[in-house]
Amino acid sequence: MNTRIAAAIVLSATISLAACKSGAPDELPPEPGVSQPDTGYNDGYNNAGGVGTQDHFVNAVNGQNVIYFDTDRYNIDTADAAALQQQAQYLAQYPNITVTIEGHADERGTREYNLALGERRANAAKNYLVSIGVAANRIRTVSYGEERPVATASTPAAWAQNRRAVTVVIN
Amino acid sequence: MKTTFIAVALALFVTQPVAAQNQNPNQDLGEAMGQAGPVEDIAIEGSDTAETDGPLRGTVTDESALDNLQLAIPAFAAERDVATAANARGTAALGAELARVVFADLQNNGLFDPTGPDALPKPTYPQITDPVWGMWSMRGAEMLVQGYVRPRGDGKLVVGCYLYDVALQDELVRSGWVVPPSDWRRAAHKCADLIYSRLTGESPFFDSRIAYIAETGPKDNRTKRLAIMDSDGANHRFITTGRATALTPRYSPDYRRLMYLSYVDGNPRIYIYDIGTGQQTLVTQSSNPTFAPRWSPDGRYILYSMAVNGNTDIYRVSANGGQSERLTNAPGIDVGGSYSPDGTRIVFESDRSGEQQLYMMNADGSNQRRISFFGGRAATPEWSPRGDQIAFTYIPGDFNVAVMSANGGGFRKLSDGWQDEAPTWAPNGRVLQFFRTERNTGRTAIYQVDLTGENLRRLPTPVDASDPAWGPILP
Repeated sequence: MNTRIAAAIVLSATISLAACKSGAPDELPPEPGVSQPDTGYNDGYNNAGGVGTQDHFVNAVNGQNVIYFDTDRYNIDTADAAALQQQAQYLAQYPNITVTIEGHADERGTREYNLALGERRANAAKNYLVSIGVAANRIRTVSYGEERPVATASTPAAWAQNRRAVTVVIN
Repeated sequence: MKTTFIAVALALFVTQPVAAQNQNPNQDLGEAMGQAGPVEDIAIEGSDTAETDGPLRGTVTDESALDNLQLAIPAFAAERDVATAANARGTAALGAELARVVFADLQNNGLFDPTGPDALPKPTYPQITDPVWGMWSMRGAEMLVQGYVRPRGDGKLVVGCYLYDVALQDELVRSGWVVPPSDWRRAAHKCADLIYSRLTGESPFFDSRIAYIAETGPKDNRTKRLAIMDSDGANHRFITTGRATALTPRYSPDYRRLMYLSYVDGNPRIYIYDIGTGQQTLVTQSSNPTFAPRWSPDGRYILYSMAVNGNTDIYRVSANGGQSERLTNAPGIDVGGSYSPDGTRIVFESDRSGEQQLYMMNADGSNQRRISFFGGRAATPEWSPRGDQIAFTYIPGDFNVAVMSANGGGFRKLSDGWQDEAPTWAPNGRVLQFFRTERNTGRTAIYQVDLTGENLRRLPTPVDASDPAWGPILP
């Protein structure tokens, strides 16, 4: 339970930061409780905070482990690029760390198209990281389509939070 | 161009047949269920003058004639009331149940307004082939469905089904089937199909099954399990345990296999589940994500979509494995695909124009051209088993189910939900199902609607339900 609360605090901070950058969703995130913040945490992750943990990564990149996309788009805008550059720096500093980039879509799409769209977004993030020097074999991609929303409302603000690519450290 | 060639080469290299059973220890499958045999037809006693010409009244598109029809469906008679594995209270009780299933099929279809066994006198066994015309006539019945159930020496059940015209005092059609006790409902569905076909002139569809995704849990932590049921929702069964997300099932045309997407190894991959043996194999051995599985009408080929470096294309592979053939190569997302009933053409979805639209191609991938021009997006095309219509998700803003003719004309919207998607056809091409997602809660349910857009109803499922895939008439 404690790790969950700790994670939630870190995650809230992440969302706030994300909302400040220009590439983040236009709308402010919903009130706490309306949706749950996301940074790719799962109960399975080691959240103790040392090198090799998701906590360590998220802190080191100032919460910039998630990038956001416009509806049906997968281009890397300047804010996304800034976030990915931070991620690349971290990966350069810790060359033994590998990551998975999870691509996601909002619920306002058909299921199979969203699987393809999530894959496209994860690959866009991966390709950018590779273009600035991260070895391709350190990055795995997976699409969850619309299957794993972090914001559960059916609103443009929630959809903007769900159209994302999340970089997750593999333990 | 260069990237295209590289991608093709890659696809060919990584796409190999998978003969071996999936050895993944994280298998998500429940107990194997075995495979029931086909239903045996049997000649039954009755008048030899039964007519076999066209439909009696109206059609699906002229239903006013049908729902005014006084159709009586009394309990089926048992030759003797004996014990049966099909009903704890014996064959007489089973006879009433058989009539209830026939009644429910015909009533839920929406075309008829029948009277069922619980509101009608029970004919005796000899009366099944010799109706009490006067009594039915006095009750106002115009059409009379009668039937019987009789245990056979080998433990199987013989079920007879008759349709009579009360005014003409004539038998219109009859048929009999031999079923194992566990398949008693199939005999009732076959009877309902017989009546439906005789009265409407349409092909049967009740004796069929539906594969779908059963959903439980909150929107941000949804459990999605592969499940199957009869066309009326009975004989419900979960195939996967829910440990891994399962999506988009499709029955093979012979009902022996189910193809679906699972995250069982952590990645989206298409698996073929053998219903008889309970074993499953990967459609193709690839490190790339594969999704949107489809069978060819003859079951010999499989279409699937695969993303390579973020670019999704449609591939075809023999159902027995072997090398995959890439059918699309446009930059963008080409996904899904549905064969024409004769197997010569494929309708599919692509965003090559900048948004999801429907395209047609020959079965070898040649002659690709856009066919949807209605304004708004169009997705998840499914070719009617009759070949005359294509159903799809129409997205002018909200998500609706619509149909059009195979040449792209004749657009008609059939549903009006906030998010209705992924239509699937009944075996006769006259009824569709799709799934509806509720705004905010994310709850899902399967709905059924006629090709006319009439008779919309929600299918009863034990839990939330999505991705319905209607199989053909059972063998």
